Amino acid sequence: MIHVFSNWAVPVMIAFIPLFAFIRKVPVYESFVDGAKSGFNTAIEIIPHLVGMMVAISVFRASGAMDFFTGWIAPLMTKLGAPPEVLPLGFLRPLTGTGSLAFTTDLIKTYGADSMIGRIASTIQGSTDTTFYVLTVYFGAVGVKNGMYALKVGLFSDVIGFVAAIAICLIVFG
Amino acid sequence: MVNKIWLAFILIGFAFAAAKGNISAVTEAAFDGATTGVTVCFGLISIMVFWLGMMRLAEDSGLVKGISRLLGPVVSFLFPDVPKNHPAMGFILSNMSANLLGLGNAATPMGIRAMQELQTLNPDKDKATPAMCTLLALNTASITLIPTTLIAIRISFGSANPAEIVGTTLMATFVATLAAIMADRWYRRRYVKSHRPPVNPPANPAAATLTVER
Repeated sequence: MIHVFSNWAVPVMIAFIPLFAFIRKVPVYESFVDGAKSGFNTAIEIIPHLVGMMVAISVFRASGAMDFFTGWIAPLMTKLGAPPEVLPLGFLRPLTGTGSLAFTTDLIKTYGADSMIGRIASTIQGSTDTTFYVLTVYFGAVGVKNGMYALKVGLFSDVIGFVAAIAICLIVFG
Repeated sequence: MVNKIWLAFILIGFAFAAAKGNISAVTEAAFDGATTGVTVCFGLISIMVFWLGMMRLAEDSGLVKGISRLLGPVVSFLFPDVPKNHPAMGFILSNMSANLLGLGNAATPMGIRAMQELQTLNPDKDKATPAMCTLLALNTASITLIPTTLIAIRISFGSANPAEIVGTTLMATFVATLAAIMADRWYRRRYVKSHRPPVNPPANPAAATLTVER
């Protein structure tokens, strides 16, 4: 069921959106090309961020520091059937968007995109936004200094999302 | 925050490599990481160009507005203390539908406009209102239909089925958003309770939050 949805979601959107736009009398091809122009810069602008983070995370992993830190909790996670390699992603995800993207990329590169680790990392990375960044930008824009309980709610949902992503992947791909 | 994390990764890595007598690994890993960063971004170009083209179609055709209309009842349930015809509502709706389509670049300005409108309803400009906290809860969990960046990265690393994570991601994001909404509701109720006299609870939630913000 989930596999069927995954396979159909993108193709259906690729067919539906232009059809809907055509019915609404949008010049579909011209409008597509016009929007697509901004895609190039969007991808290029990520380069410095991703290079910076990839360097830091590669060094961290290659030095053996990663294994040292995840080693502590590894037995517990293995007992629960979850790969301990994804644990740092749980801490990184709410803190830095590019950092966790770099970490996900590193996991996919090391263990393979179709490994369980690669699938779980992709799911975690895709399923939530960078809590601290969102809070800083939104509250900062209106000068609110006391965020009340917003941070607690954001972090709570990150923890639940992290556990859910692992559990769902283990069930769906297990 | 990012500055410290970045520095910590590099320095801890350096220290570990030095202690293990494996210092050349740092050089190798640094250049290898940089190469991967650039390669991945080049892989992203194709998907970004294509998907942003599709998203322009979604905007021009009014699909984003259509989704906003569908979300209307959900939003008035989540924001009981914002008047229905207040301009904030429109921006909250655009913010949510842009998030849903994965239009992060469009979602953020809309969200900030919504915050500015909510700030006009705020008696204490330094302190967040429950409505602001709800908006942030929705944005930190951020439901996304298609995780395009991840699909692109999976393609770059030779995945046999790059889109296979669409379903699991949607399920996980749904659970996370539900958790955010529930936690937000819980804190909101507690906040409302602690900010009003214990007797005579107001009949409707809108009145409740208005008395709160004295």
